[in-house]
Amino acid sequence: MNLSPELLLPLKTREQIPQEDAVAGISYWKESFRRLRANRLALLGIALLGFLSLLAIFGPMLSSYTHYDMHLPLKNSPPSAQFIFGTDELGRDMFTRTCCGARISLFVGITAALLDLLIGVTVGSLAGCIGGKFDETVMRSVDIIYSIPHLLVVIMLMVIMGPGIITIIIALTFTGWIGMARIVRGQILQLKQLDFIRAAEALGASRTRILLRHLIPNAMGPILATMTLTIPTAIFAEAFLSFLGLGVQAPAASWGSMASTGIYAMRFYPWRLFVPATFISLTMLCFNLVGDGIRDAFDPRLRT
Amino acid sequence: MSEELLRVCDLHVCFSIWGQKVHALRGINFSLRKGEILGIAGESGCGKSVAAKAIMRLLPSHCSTIPQGQIFYEGQDLLTLDETKMRRVRGRQIAMIFQDPMTSLNPTKPIGVQVMEGYRLHHPKTSDREARQNAIELLRQVGIPQPEERLSAYPHMFSGGMRQRAMIALAIASEPQILLADEPTTALDVTIQAQILALLKKIALEKGTSIILITHDLSVIASMCDRVAIMYAGKIVEEAPVDELFAEPRHPYTRGLLHSIPRLDTPRDHPLVPIEGRPPNLSMPFTGCAFCPRCSSALRVCTSQEPPSLQASKDHRVACWQEYKT
Amino acid sequence: MTPPLISIEGLRVHFTSGKRCLKAVDGISLSLEEGETLGLVGESGCGKSTTGKAVLRLEHPTGGRVLFRGRDLAKMSSKELSAFRRESQIIFQDPYASLNPRMTAGDIIAEPLDIHRLERGAARLVRIHELLQLVGLSPHHASRFPHEFSGGQRQRIGIARALAVRPRFIVCDEPISALDVSVQAQIINLLKALQEEMGIAYLFITHDLRVVKYLSKNIAVMYLGHIVECAPTEELYKNPSHPYTQALLAAIPLPDPVQERRRTRIVLNEEVPSAFSPPPGCVFCTRCPLAQPICHTERPAMRQVGPQHFAACHFSKLRTPMSLT
Repeated sequence: MNLSPELLLPLKTREQIPQEDAVAGISYWKESFRRLRANRLALLGIALLGFLSLLAIFGPMLSSYTHYDMHLPLKNSPPSAQFIFGTDELGRDMFTRTCCGARISLFVGITAALLDLLIGVTVGSLAGCIGGKFDETVMRSVDIIYSIPHLLVVIMLMVIMGPGIITIIIALTFTGWIGMARIVRGQILQLKQLDFIRAAEALGASRTRILLRHLIPNAMGPILATMTLTIPTAIFAEAFLSFLGLGVQAPAASWGSMASTGIYAMRFYPWRLFVPATFISLTMLCFNLVGDGIRDAFDPRLRT
Repeated sequence: MSEELLRVCDLHVCFSIWGQKVHALRGINFSLRKGEILGIAGESGCGKSVAAKAIMRLLPSHCSTIPQGQIFYEGQDLLTLDETKMRRVRGRQIAMIFQDPMTSLNPTKPIGVQVMEGYRLHHPKTSDREARQNAIELLRQVGIPQPEERLSAYPHMFSGGMRQRAMIALAIASEPQILLADEPTTALDVTIQAQILALLKKIALEKGTSIILITHDLSVIASMCDRVAIMYAGKIVEEAPVDELFAEPRHPYTRGLLHSIPRLDTPRDHPLVPIEGRPPNLSMPFTGCAFCPRCSSALRVCTSQEPPSLQASKDHRVACWQEYKT
Repeated sequence: MTPPLISIEGLRVHFTSGKRCLKAVDGISLSLEEGETLGLVGESGCGKSTTGKAVLRLEHPTGGRVLFRGRDLAKMSSKELSAFRRESQIIFQDPYASLNPRMTAGDIIAEPLDIHRLERGAARLVRIHELLQLVGLSPHHASRFPHEFSGGQRQRIGIARALAVRPRFIVCDEPISALDVSVQAQIINLLKALQEEMGIAYLFITHDLRVVKYLSKNIAVMYLGHIVECAPTEELYKNPSHPYTQALLAAIPLPDPVQERRRTRIVLNEEVPSAFSPPPGCVFCTRCPLAQPICHTERPAMRQVGPQHFAACHFSKLRTPMSLT
């Protein structure tokens, strides 16, 4: 090959050695949300949940019926232009009742999850952080509480406090926080081994500071994922309890109680079962998809 | 001049990660002769491990492609073989050992079982007794004491050096012609490293196995290899017999490396001259020589054209425009 | 006579789990003066990292004492301990695990300032920029996150963090082992320059005898929780006295193929004894090419074998020192 002689002269000026300057500051949160956005299924889940929330909030307002108005001559009518989801055995509009059921389910699910988060994170992080005898005592107590049959607790609470939404939430939270506590404790025990925690100790950081600034922020991923997966569990539990008649009482509409009455009429008026059942399943599916998506998005091992 | 066993021609490997394309290998050429130990040296990210995995066709197929290149072994291009034919080559004629023996050995099976399995894969008609005898003999050859008792031990019961020996036993079970050793001693203590390297040399000598030794440690190269290829940013920048490379390094990167590594035989106040800057990001396109931004003897042409591999002397190739000048 | 900056006396760190006891560090004594570097060398499992952590009270000693300017760390009040933490720092091996991935580089570096309530507000920012420049980074790196930096740069951030409180003493726990070869030289030079400029003392812990000599004035060689040899740097490399040191030096390859071919190797047999049950007598007796019956029964004391040069071997005085090649 032939090169002109001037090309072979030494390079006099050149731009600064690219000082290893990478892309602009992408924080951990932005990176994780970017990954979440790339997950189609999770996005679908979020979209559907958004739609469901809108239904829950605005559905009953926009409907011309309430959830307790009875139209006895029109009882058990199939879905039509007048009653989008049909009517139940007392002639009540299924669509409005479904939307009210959505309110109940979402409220119960989210509240239970938030309470689980608060109690679970506190107990789990204290146990993991303090360790030793305190940790042992707490975890063994947790095991004992966990072994109490759930249904017994619910029934006891129903007897003491009477049925209703608050009772259900307390019943669910009674043992619900344990899963979160265990996960948080596990995360903290794992993180405690890492060098940057040692570094913080070496710098003289107090235990509180280490917990709040170093341990918990780095455990956020699994915490969020667990929370998002607690919600469908709570929703299903509420539906199940209402199905059994232990939950929300008539005339309040819960998907579970709707399904309960719908079962007997399944052969003749299938929409009365399928509408609440579909909504329960879809809602749980969406939360699961989103929860999985969050877990993957925040998983440090999936980084390049 | 002994015959050529393996020849890699213009090999390119491209990874696709999170939608970004990373050009891990940008056209490498080298050959391995019978009975020689070839060293491939370079820092992390230069592509040396990728090259070894490409030869064995062990690159993850869902995110890597080989857009160009050939790997000739015994007259065939390994890249064109179907999986069945490749399996006859892989592990049998070309074997590989890895850096971390803990993850490369199956932790749920005893060592003896794994070695016997490995042996049986390539000699299918052996009886149990024969396979066991061979396994014991292999373990003895790699220097594991009391091999009869060690057959039933699990990998986690072995020390790091022992596990590496077991992995070597697995690799030589089929008497391969070529052994690819990817950083085999990086995770080991220095006294154990010396033993493992001595073992590899013994295998090369006694069994005539040719070895490609991949490492970042130039001292290991000096003590083991006959020829060495230095890689940088997915290309081979210099290739020479080992004595010549250390005595007369011609590529600025090689020279820079040799001046920057801490060595045992220089006085305390001997300065360490680092190479400033960092290797280029292989997911972003650039023109000219990959080393140019860090090179103290860059020429004008270096910013626009990538230097070809030029012959500096018999057996000594350098990819540098300075070589063109002389 | 001013006491040495750090003085370790008979330090023992044992980890017990159930009935088993891991004797990670089993009775070592060292001292470090202001502004000097003591290299602590040994292979994996010898207890050098544990020693470094015990000196900073990140591990609790089972026995022995660590003295800082003559004061026993175990007897310090929490206020004195806090002052100690301001004067002594640590740099870790793994640049990827030693920085909190959720904090910006600036926050990481300034954390010691926040903890000890030193600089605040604008002064804090100025100090962050100062520290970044001290370690060869630029001020705009302060808002970046650890995952955006290379290994070498992260190590620099770790060093900047250690320097924030103007310490007198830094434990460097394998600070360059995880870095690329060409970057190692950058960090070694940086540490050297910082020592010359600021008079910081280092306890330089590493397994690599090639690296330790560039920074160290004195070197101590550890094996299975004990110090087997201790000498000024040049002396150790020229006249290694303990058989383990000799084997270590002989095992390290040189980047010189001609010399490599000529060298004689000392082959140690494979197995390092478990630290759960170290051999009685000399800890090295199971692998030592010179072992005699007395080595299996009696633990050798540290004997002087040269100027400021000590070795724990029954035969160190009688053997002629070996050179490298």
